[in-house]
Amino acid sequence: MAEYSLKTPLSDGDVERLKIGDAVRLSGVIYTARDAAHKRMVEGLDKGQPLPFDIKGTLVYYVGPSPTKPGNVIGSAGPTTAYRMDPYAPRLMEIGMKGMIAKGKRSDAVKEAMKKHKVVYLGATGGAAALIAKCIKKCDIIAYEDLGPEAVRRLEVEDLPLIVVGDCHGGDLYIEGRKAWENKA
Amino acid sequence: MRTVKAEAITEALAKVAMNANYDIGSDMLKAFDEALAAEKSEAGKEVIRQIQENASIARRECVPYCQDTGFAVVFAEVGQDVHVEGNLTDAINAGIRKAYGEGYLRKSILNDPIQRKNTGDNTPAVIHYDVVPGDKIRLTYGAKGGGSENMSKQAMLKPADGLEGVKKFVIEAVSVGGANACPPLVIGVGIGGTFEKSCILSKKAAMRSPHHRNPDPFYAALEDELKDSLNKLGIGPMGLGGTVTVLGVNIETYPCHLVALPVAVNINCHADRHGEMEL
Ligand code: SF4
Repeated sequence: MAEYSLKTPLSDGDVERLKIGDAVRLSGVIYTARDAAHKRMVEGLDKGQPLPFDIKGTLVYYVGPSPTKPGNVIGSAGPTTAYRMDPYAPRLMEIGMKGMIAKGKRSDAVKEAMKKHKVVYLGATGGAAALIAKCIKKCDIIAYEDLGPEAVRRLEVEDLPLIVVGDCHGGDLYIEGRKAWENKA
Repeated sequence: MRTVKAEAITEALAKVAMNANYDIGSDMLKAFDEALAAEKSEAGKEVIRQIQENASIARRECVPYCQDTGFAVVFAEVGQDVHVEGNLTDAINAGIRKAYGEGYLRKSILNDPIQRKNTGDNTPAVIHYDVVPGDKIRLTYGAKGGGSENMSKQAMLKPADGLEGVKKFVIEAVSVGGANACPPLVIGVGIGGTFEKSCILSKKAAMRSPHHRNPDPFYAALEDELKDSLNKLGIGPMGLGGTVTVLGVNIETYPCHLVALPVAVNINCHADRHGEMEL
């Protein structure tokens, strides 16, 4: 279990180094999107419209935060379950997205696309939403404001604690981690 | 006949609901300590440490422990010698509205399952009423996260399936859905009653402390046995592999029909937010 401090944007080299089980502290700029925003982004791409942000080298965080308390940067902001974004994720990988931050298992199509386009899947701890919010230093809504908690936000993060749950070599920690620990309790 | 004002119920419930979302409570904190001691995988330990740190930040800063502040589920035990001045159901919903609005909790409830428009205030709550002896009103509130609720299951087993069938069903439900439900989990199992009764029992069980034990030694032993079997699955904290998949298993039972064996498994995540009040 290696430990890395990474800064965005990520290069192919950054992604290739990462193996499942590695710990990552991520700093830099990431973007949020979940169900409705993904749908809108991909429908836009199909019509030839650009994305609301430059996706090259970026990571997309699947999150719908709680309301922001006055004086805070953002509300509690833990990851949502990833499989609902599976139909859209490969399309974003094609145009340069380098990472996804979320929780839970992915489809085979997503894992194949991660290999092909050199993309990493980083797991954030579900429910550790107050801790994650502490790592978010700046938050601006940049698109789809009408979607409320699902609007696209630009986040500046510092040392966001993550674990590599899917790497670009086909590794899947949800499968291999469980296999390694079966009948060990 | 004792009189309780509806507004008093609203105020008290709003406090309980807000606090439950900020402060996970000493029973869960104790369970996290035990989990950290029992977990053998490095990734699993890292997740549990994050969960512990998260709990202390949420409590200290009065912010939600998890951004999904859930469906408000309320078990209401109403003493038969209490008169409520006003409408009890409205009073409960007003308490939820107040907590989610003033407490900066996320509003996740849609007006209709197909037409799907947000009600904007996280109401209505799901309320289970029970009339009991006495002149008190006791409300148990739980914030039930959508992710873990989605992994829950019910089955009408054959009586011949017996105890082994029940065990198999519980293990299968966690084996399939556990990783996506934010483990370590609290598992509520309802056995017996009718179709709907088993589900309500499983919810009641899932909202209990993971340290609660069924008063019947037979079921207390089954709770321990299931906990061991589930931890052998290897799912681990957040499904990353490890030796702590569940913090506890709680079983609730009810008499059942001679041709039936209903069993329900309600899965609760580590964000097992619950609180009680009595008026
Ligand atoms: S399953 Fe529980 S901990 Fe996970 S996101 Fe939902 S409410 Fe939060």
